[in-house]
Amino acid sequence: MDVYSAFQAAFSLISTLDPQFLQIVALSLRVTLTAILLAAVIGLPLGAMLAIARFPGRSAVIVFVNGLMGLPPVVAGLVVFLVLSRSGPLGPLGWLFTPTAMIVAQTLLVLPIVIALTRGTIEELWNEYREHLTSLGLVGWRAIPTLLWDGRFALITGLLAGFGRASAEVGAVLIVGGNIAGYTRTMTTAIALETSKGDLPLALGLGMVLIALTLCINAAAYGASRIGARFAG
Amino acid sequence: MKAMRDRVSILPLQVENIAFEASGKRLLDGVSFSLPKGGVTAVIGPNGAGKSLTLRICHGLIAPSEGLVRWQESASSAGLKRHSMVFQRPVMLRRSALANLMHALNAVGGADPAKRSADALDRFGLSALSGRPARLLSGGEQQRLAIARAWALDPEMLFLDEPSSQLDPGATRQIEEMIANLAREGMTILMATHDLAQARRLCQRVLFFHRGRIVEDAPAEHFWNRPETEEGRAFIAGDLLW
Repeated sequence: MDVYSAFQAAFSLISTLDPQFLQIVALSLRVTLTAILLAAVIGLPLGAMLAIARFPGRSAVIVFVNGLMGLPPVVAGLVVFLVLSRSGPLGPLGWLFTPTAMIVAQTLLVLPIVIALTRGTIEELWNEYREHLTSLGLVGWRAIPTLLWDGRFALITGLLAGFGRASAEVGAVLIVGGNIAGYTRTMTTAIALETSKGDLPLALGLGMVLIALTLCINAAAYGASRIGARFAG
Repeated sequence: MKAMRDRVSILPLQVENIAFEASGKRLLDGVSFSLPKGGVTAVIGPNGAGKSLTLRICHGLIAPSEGLVRWQESASSAGLKRHSMVFQRPVMLRRSALANLMHALNAVGGADPAKRSADALDRFGLSALSGRPARLLSGGEQQRLAIARAWALDPEMLFLDEPSSQLDPGATRQIEEMIANLAREGMTILMATHDLAQARRLCQRVLFFHRGRIVEDAPAEHFWNRPETEEGRAFIAGDLLW
């Protein structure tokens, strides 16, 4: 099959809304969006606390979290695999090779990004707001809601960066999900598999969707920062 | 709000022998004064004399290394903070002007924040700016909003830290009018300023700081006309640099 006809077939997959194709896209989005949501719920308050708390070893924690931003997806996958495998501590849950395991792995990948970016954003805001908030009696955790809300535009950009990383990675979901057709096969794992099998149309079609998705994320991030600049100054 | 005005006063404020040290340097030393109800008191002195630091310690933002800040009544009783502070650079939250006021009132648990916020904007002629993002207002508008926000908390006393030092003459005049009106209504004000002419226009009493100590504490007329110390004379003449 030449590349030209592969493109044609890919477009027809997209335009006819091929069920197998849609199923893969939907699973990818479900896994990644759930992981982002979990990472936001855990990471935003943690990052904000890290920004305003002062305790011994804080610098070490910050360096550690920043370092984890570069955690290779396959390593994250391996860690989750070991924890969820039959003999691992969470083995009895039976999550290995399910979408849940993929969500856990991607949450682990995105969490450091969310915490680190939140920490940076909130620390800057806190330096600016500290005296005013202290004057109002908003100290410690009581300052966090104000800071998160006022940092919302920058924080959304951080979450989108996390979404970008999670939707593009293949190593972690491949290891813990197992790339089972119709069950744990995502866009990235399907592209890797179909390309190696020589089934270019499906791989190309999914690749196009991924690229379109990346463009949308970047547009959204840019839009958020523009709106932020207009509203927040 | 009437009921709140009738509460027991937190004044006089007694500052007793406060000192502040940071990294081995004594930035304030043996500062004592008493502030009765009413009037505008100027805190003046060269840069680094300890003016802002004293205000922050009185307001409770910083703990003194030594000494005591004593209010007549517990200053944080009844939910509302009973003294508030306006900073040299107004801290504006990334929200609308109205939301800035609402946020402050919600933080201290004021009654009916929406109405009180609208009243405060109205009172200081800021209603037209209500929905505008606060950080996009001009410097003068931001500082007026900051004063309105402080006033909305219904304090008995205001700390102003060089409230107009970064503003143009027109905006400065508006700020001074606000301060004078508040004083006329019985608000007690302690205000650090670099602007001697402003201190002359607004203040009835002067605390003159030099190198972390109060060198003179005198009625304004007295200080401007017959300063008792060499430093006071030099400062008024513009010869005292630090």
